[in-house]
Amino acid sequence: MEWLFLPRWPAVTVGILIGFLECLTFLLLDKPIGCSTAFARTSGMIEKALRGSATAEKPYYRLFPPVIDWEWMFVFGIPLGAFISAVSSGTFRIEWVPSLWAGIFGPGASSRLITALAGGFLAGLGARWAGGCTSGHGISGSLQLAVSSWLASAAFFAGGILSAMLLFSLARG
Amino acid sequence: MGKTPFLLPEAARKPFALFLGIVFGFLLQKGGVTRYEVIIGQLLLLDFTVLKVMLSAVLAGMLGIQVLLQLKLVALHPKHGSVGSSVIGGLIFGLGFGLLGYCPGTAAGAVGQGSLDALFGGVFGMLLGTAFYSGIYPRIETTVLRWGTFGDITLPEVLHSARWKVVIAVAAVIASALSAMSFLGL
Repeated sequence: MEWLFLPRWPAVTVGILIGFLECLTFLLLDKPIGCSTAFARTSGMIEKALRGSATAEKPYYRLFPPVIDWEWMFVFGIPLGAFISAVSSGTFRIEWVPSLWAGIFGPGASSRLITALAGGFLAGLGARWAGGCTSGHGISGSLQLAVSSWLASAAFFAGGILSAMLLFSLARG
Repeated sequence: MGKTPFLLPEAARKPFALFLGIVFGFLLQKGGVTRYEVIIGQLLLLDFTVLKVMLSAVLAGMLGIQVLLQLKLVALHPKHGSVGSSVIGGLIFGLGFGLLGYCPGTAAGAVGQGSLDALFGGVFGMLLGTAFYSGIYPRIETTVLRWGTFGDITLPEVLHSARWKVVIAVAAVIASALSAMSFLGL
């Protein structure tokens, strides 16, 4: 059972197990795995708490009502599973600034948090704009051979490579 | 009905989804893809872990779903798409992905391993981004999102070919790509 507590598993092993998880989700829930809809539902729930029931009347929330559904429970489980893996393998650590970032941009948390906030905003906006993220399109949609998902996945990486390379070349001068 | 004979009863779906989410989060952390360094390493084309995880998941899932489909145990749910939605939305997502260094699922996983930039930057930012999207949705729904609409078509339909043939061809391409990465030591 020692393998269960290893800090890393081979990428292909992890990928195959995720593929198996997809099969279970299709078989038992009749749905593909996805993550970004749960974020949209959560922001809807927050908006509803702040602004009242008019929120539910917004056209987008009529499509994706701000309620806890199976996918919300799935996404809620992700940090729990990652926590179990991290703690049991000794890789859990409270960290404000990733070491790669600190090595290049310095250890200050504010520049990292502002960049992450801006990146998160664009990632949340783009995921809903495209109708899915790296899991919903990148894995679930691609394995169904959906044209929308292969196109979106190519765009995810094109945009990601562009912004990461620009950001890091900026730092190097 | 009868399309998915093993569909769980309503009351069991949320608890089971929570269990699947826990397993998914466990796997993401074990794969290293909840680490900022690993995701940025992929986008800087220095570390191919993310691509290896995704391609092998697509390979295994695609073959598994094809078998389950032949046995009539599952139904497909391909997403609707258009150039305005998939390409423009995908590029916006990508730009954010490169700045954040996590995607929605891996940011959730990173929170569980103690990465607070994924919570206070990533998760908060994504909630703001999706809230913003719900505000602009009525305006782009009838315009940008309809540019170059192609719907929920799949590759076998585009190629006018039997699904299993396309599955085998794509599987061969992915297996070759994974072998090439391993051969090149990526």
